Amino acid sequence: MAGLINWFSQIGSITKFGLMSLPQRRGAVAATVLGIAGVVAVLVGVLSIAAGFRQAMSVSASPDGAIVMRNGADSEMVSGLSREETRLIADAPGVARNQAGPLASAELLVLIDLPKRTTGTDANVPLRGVEPAALQVRQRLKIIQGRMFDWGKDEVIVGCGAAREFTGLQIGSNIKVGRYEWPVVGIFSANGSVAESEIWSDAKVLQDAYHRGDSFQSVHVTLDSPGSFRAFKDSLTANPQLNVKVLRQSEFYAEQSETLTRLITTLGFLIAFLMAIGAVFGALNTMYSAVATRTREIATLRALGFGGGAVVVALMFESLLLALAGGALGGGLAYFAFNNFHTSTMNWQSFSQITFAFRVTPALLVHGTAWAAAIGFAGGLFPAIRAARLPIAPALREL
Amino acid sequence: MNANPSSNGALVQVEGVEKVFHRGAEDIHVLADLHLRVPAGEFLALMGPSGSGKTTLLNLIGGLDRPSKGAVLVAGERLDQLSDRRLAAWRARHIGFVFQLYNLMPVLTAERNVELPLLLTHLSRAERRQHVETALAVVGLSHRATHYPRTLSGGEQQRVGIARGIVTDPTLLLCDEPTGDLDRKAGDEILDLLQALNRSHGKTIIMVTHDPHASARAARTVYLNKGQLSNEPVK
Repeated sequence: MAGLINWFSQIGSITKFGLMSLPQRRGAVAATVLGIAGVVAVLVGVLSIAAGFRQAMSVSASPDGAIVMRNGADSEMVSGLSREETRLIADAPGVARNQAGPLASAELLVLIDLPKRTTGTDANVPLRGVEPAALQVRQRLKIIQGRMFDWGKDEVIVGCGAAREFTGLQIGSNIKVGRYEWPVVGIFSANGSVAESEIWSDAKVLQDAYHRGDSFQSVHVTLDSPGSFRAFKDSLTANPQLNVKVLRQSEFYAEQSETLTRLITTLGFLIAFLMAIGAVFGALNTMYSAVATRTREIATLRALGFGGGAVVVALMFESLLLALAGGALGGGLAYFAFNNFHTSTMNWQSFSQITFAFRVTPALLVHGTAWAAAIGFAGGLFPAIRAARLPIAPALREL
Repeated sequence: MNANPSSNGALVQVEGVEKVFHRGAEDIHVLADLHLRVPAGEFLALMGPSGSGKTTLLNLIGGLDRPSKGAVLVAGERLDQLSDRRLAAWRARHIGFVFQLYNLMPVLTAERNVELPLLLTHLSRAERRQHVETALAVVGLSHRATHYPRTLSGGEQQRVGIARGIVTDPTLLLCDEPTGDLDRKAGDEILDLLQALNRSHGKTIIMVTHDPHASARAARTVYLNKGQLSNEPVK
């Protein structure tokens, strides 16, 4: 036990001397810390895009919510349901009801071109036609400016994300819907969900504007309880009059976000990995220079009886501390630069724009810190081993 | 020729030591079948021209290097047979080093430099402080305890180095050209100090030097030339 305490004491002393000599090596130290900070900032920044997108999707899902599309459709855009089919779906067991009837909204989705505020280029913005039950199915939807559109009228309400990202969506302006121009009468929020990226109108008037007859693309329902999903799904898939795909909302939105989040995550890791290679060399340089400038000090300590193992651990510890400082700096930079940064991007499943905010989550910061630690470990290991293996006698006379 | 081969009960025994350095394909024989005995309490000067192997021999006795052949015994311990870890612990317990270039930690004050070897002991902080104060008092530097090396003269830095060398009361004090980087006056003060440590405190000292003025302070001088020791200076 005493030997162990002695060993830790040696590590503490050598680490302390190393840290005290940092000002003498401030150039290399600053380059390393900033290099690692850059890696972490980029990694966390890029992954915060995926996290924000995933969160926008996940908050859209309600545990008792389900969506029904035509079998084989991987998004609402390629789905198609007749009025008769949507009625059978609304009347299925497990669907919650109120005085007005089942909480099921048959909906259709079209894309309209609107210029982005940031670039001025046109982007596909989803225009969703809904039925009155949509407001019960999305209980968190709230009109924050203006009013709800009148059912049966050529009017729209706009999600706050869409209103922020695209031009011409303020209350009082008109948007082009097919051959017509419809006024924007309200702005709504939906707890940060995907709906905030959309424009809503009455499904019936949208069908007429786009000559869709009496067809829809999906039915959004609220179930009695999350446990009712199995019975609901089984009844629909067993019904010979229907050929549909039944998903929990959580499954649907996870599926919707999969392509983009995978792309962003892969890209983020790739960029961070390439930068990390550079940062490892930076850390190696710093720690090799630390060993080189302290060769005589390290040899003196070894001559006095400090152990080679303690030298290795202490130098690794110093490298890790520098790396963690870089990680903290990078994480902080990413947080202040990216967290809650609003943007929009293409949802590759529906080819429509989704607005969302970057999310620098605690998990991402931990992730970034782990990368920093890995860089510090890789950058410190070889110099530390080299320091411990230095022949003491000649090193004592190093200038 | 062997120096003092008949001494018995020696603190230091070097028996048939050879040391060969390898530089590429070339073998450089620095020490050859060397024998040396140093009794406890002796102040021995080790002289010789540059490249004669003085420091190499000192490093072998101090456990900083290993012989290619032969045995080095200090205080009854076969150094060439100890593992690196045990050798480090042995050095901490038995050897005090004094270096030509002082080898002080620039980021530490004089008293913290002196305390360094004590960090490897089980002494409490208060005990360490007491030992440091005593060592600094012995070298006459109590008033400079909180000064950093860069604010001390060369002679003062070397006295700090000596205080660090004696603070653990080691079995053996090994000095490698302790006055080599000092002017005559400061060098004399260091030699006075080493002599006092030997005479008043009974400290066994082996000092490598190329300076006859310094070796004259030692009780005995041996000469190293071409890997061999003799009791006579090299002609």
